[in-house]
Amino acid sequence: MKDIKVLGGCCGNCDTVMKMFEAQAKALGVEIALEKVTDMAAILGYGVMKTPGVVIDGKLAHAGSVPSPSRIDAWLKE
Amino acid sequence: MTDPFAFLADLLVVRLLGLDMAQSLGGALHFFIEDTAKIFTLLALIVFVIGLFRSMMSPERVRKLIGGRRRIVAYPAAVGLGAVTPFCSCSSIPLFIGFLEAGIPLGVTMAFLIASPMINEIAVVILATSIGLQFAVIYVVTGLSVGLIGGLLIDGMKLERYVEDYVWKIRMGESALPDHPESWAERAAYAWGEVKSILKRLWLYVFIGIGIGAFLHGYVPQEFFTQYASVGNPFAVPLAVLIGIPLYGSATSVIPVAEALLAKGVPVGTVLALMMSIAALSLPEIIMLKQVIKTKLIAIFVGILAVAFIIVGYGFNFIFS
Repeated sequence: MKDIKVLGGCCGNCDTVMKMFEAQAKALGVEIALEKVTDMAAILGYGVMKTPGVVIDGKLAHAGSVPSPSRIDAWLKE
Repeated sequence: MTDPFAFLADLLVVRLLGLDMAQSLGGALHFFIEDTAKIFTLLALIVFVIGLFRSMMSPERVRKLIGGRRRIVAYPAAVGLGAVTPFCSCSSIPLFIGFLEAGIPLGVTMAFLIASPMINEIAVVILATSIGLQFAVIYVVTGLSVGLIGGLLIDGMKLERYVEDYVWKIRMGESALPDHPESWAERAAYAWGEVKSILKRLWLYVFIGIGIGAFLHGYVPQEFFTQYASVGNPFAVPLAVLIGIPLYGSATSVIPVAEALLAKGVPVGTVLALMMSIAALSLPEIIMLKQVIKTKLIAIFVGILAVAFIIVGYGFNFIFS
């Protein structure tokens, strides 16, 4: 079970990332616990200033843009 | 006219529809088509090109560049970096907190917040092509100066106590982002993503701006502006600023309005004041900032900018008349 957090404020991009994870995890048959983090203090706690950010199993993996589907695939297969 | 966008508009409006450009509908439609084609093409193009290099300009990086510098370096750096890094108002809060947390003075942070929405490379290129290089340069130089002076004033007034207490308590983690190799293919994919997300965010505002510009161009007689917005009317500038404060529009979407106003003979200073006040201040941004700073500081922030824009307006009206 992978623990995935999407860090995001209000830009709408974060929902895009959430949906990408949901769809691709389903397609790959990987079980994930997906969570959206909107609390600023928490987001900054990960050192992220530009959302959306992606945290996988507690480690920051990406920040600043909607990641490409291939990178999401790679994270899910790790 | 060699401008391909004007040519396209000519083709559609005059040749295809057989409208007279001297008349309201023809003029407005021509303005609308030309500006729509021009602004969206340039917007996509510039965002893509900048997107290729964007990874060098992340806010985390800006924070590192400014943090710990002396004010004499930090101010110009903040304003300059603010001008080249576009942020949607969603990002202003993390930026604000992140900067303060890095020990960057409140004034420098505010200077960055002022300059960032007002000036960006997209607006500058579109301004230069649709209104003229001179106006674009004036806009940039004044915008940078306002950011700088606004920041210095806020610094001088020692307003740190008006920042919400919890902001000072947030501790920012070191972003330990793995440096993944960036091939040009990845950069292009990122840049394309930026184009899509920025267009998605801006298209409606740009259309509204073009629509207002086209309406002013075709349907509002020149006499209206000579009567109410000429240099002779001392209330025109403050009124322009007041109208602009609550309005939310990116610098890009205001350009067609400015273009139409200038063509109708509205003085340069008045147009500048309106543009800056629409771009730099907006109700959504003020509401956003309310999360991190107290009402009094917001009032001072808005007040300083309003006064600055009014001075800009009168100043340029005086110089150019």
